[in-house]
Amino acid sequence: MPSRRSVLSMTPEIPMHSPVKTKAAGRFIWSYYASPQTFYPLAGAMIPWFAAAAAILCAWGLYVGFFVAPTDATQGESYRVIFIHVAAAWMSMFLYVVMAFWAIVGLVLNTRLAAMMSSAIAPTGALFTFLALWTGSLWGKPTWGTWWVWDARLTSELILLFLYIGFIALQAAIEDPRRADRAGAVLAIVGVINVPVIYFSVQWWNTLHQGASVSITRAPSMAATMFLGMILMALGFWMYSIAVILSRARSIVLERERRTDWVIKLAKGESAA
Amino acid sequence: MNWGSFDAFIAMGGYGLYVWGSYLVTAAALAIEVSLLIVRRRRALRMLAHLHGTGNQ
Repeated sequence: MPSRRSVLSMTPEIPMHSPVKTKAAGRFIWSYYASPQTFYPLAGAMIPWFAAAAAILCAWGLYVGFFVAPTDATQGESYRVIFIHVAAAWMSMFLYVVMAFWAIVGLVLNTRLAAMMSSAIAPTGALFTFLALWTGSLWGKPTWGTWWVWDARLTSELILLFLYIGFIALQAAIEDPRRADRAGAVLAIVGVINVPVIYFSVQWWNTLHQGASVSITRAPSMAATMFLGMILMALGFWMYSIAVILSRARSIVLERERRTDWVIKLAKGESAA
Repeated sequence: MNWGSFDAFIAMGGYGLYVWGSYLVTAAALAIEVSLLIVRRRRALRMLAHLHGTGNQ
């Protein structure tokens, strides 16, 4: 594992050719799938399936959310924001953890694809964080009487948005992609501490925000159809995220590997087709 | 079925602004992300075609 100093000073030492040659060794099979050259067509084949799953799950979730789930006894129809609010908030935290996971893999194993995955996740994570805040604000106004309050849950979610934006800005500011990867990875890994803070904030501090509606240890404190709508939207957003992240990662692969033999071959093949 | 009419559906029991404000912004945000990704992919392919002299896409 690189030392702290090498994080800042290390220069690219990875050969431009992907490690596909190790495929035959069998026990190095992970590096075969970790190579951008293998990833690129595989991801391209998977995107339509995840996109279709996202469309079906979201359509089903919206149907359940608007036409099956009953009106809430205390909040009336305003509660229907929940179906996207909770799904977006879950994705915002989950994607950050996945981004940090790939950042660690990239730092430790020094694989190019892991760092590219990390970079591909950040914009989608930032988007869902923004949507969690936006929909929360629009739900807070009719139920709490305010668009915003500086309490633990809302503030820590806002910090999550700044972490995503900081990650994107930091990587954009560093010209050498390998150094940008390392600097971004350090930020992503340090920032992951914020995720449990968001999750447990409603227990640790007094807050306007309600406690978790859904927990692994007990039955959901809501009507079964409301719960179903929320889960369907969350799964739909999950599938959507996979589709867009794979697509962004493919573009990043092309941009970064533009001078490798396999991309040159691919470029010639695609223009001939 | 929760809604007697289309107007009732739009009104959302008086919370239309908040509910539709959430859903429409979410839909727009996802649509924008998808279009930006399409643009980015086209730009990458154009860059490759230019770089390796493989003619116009």
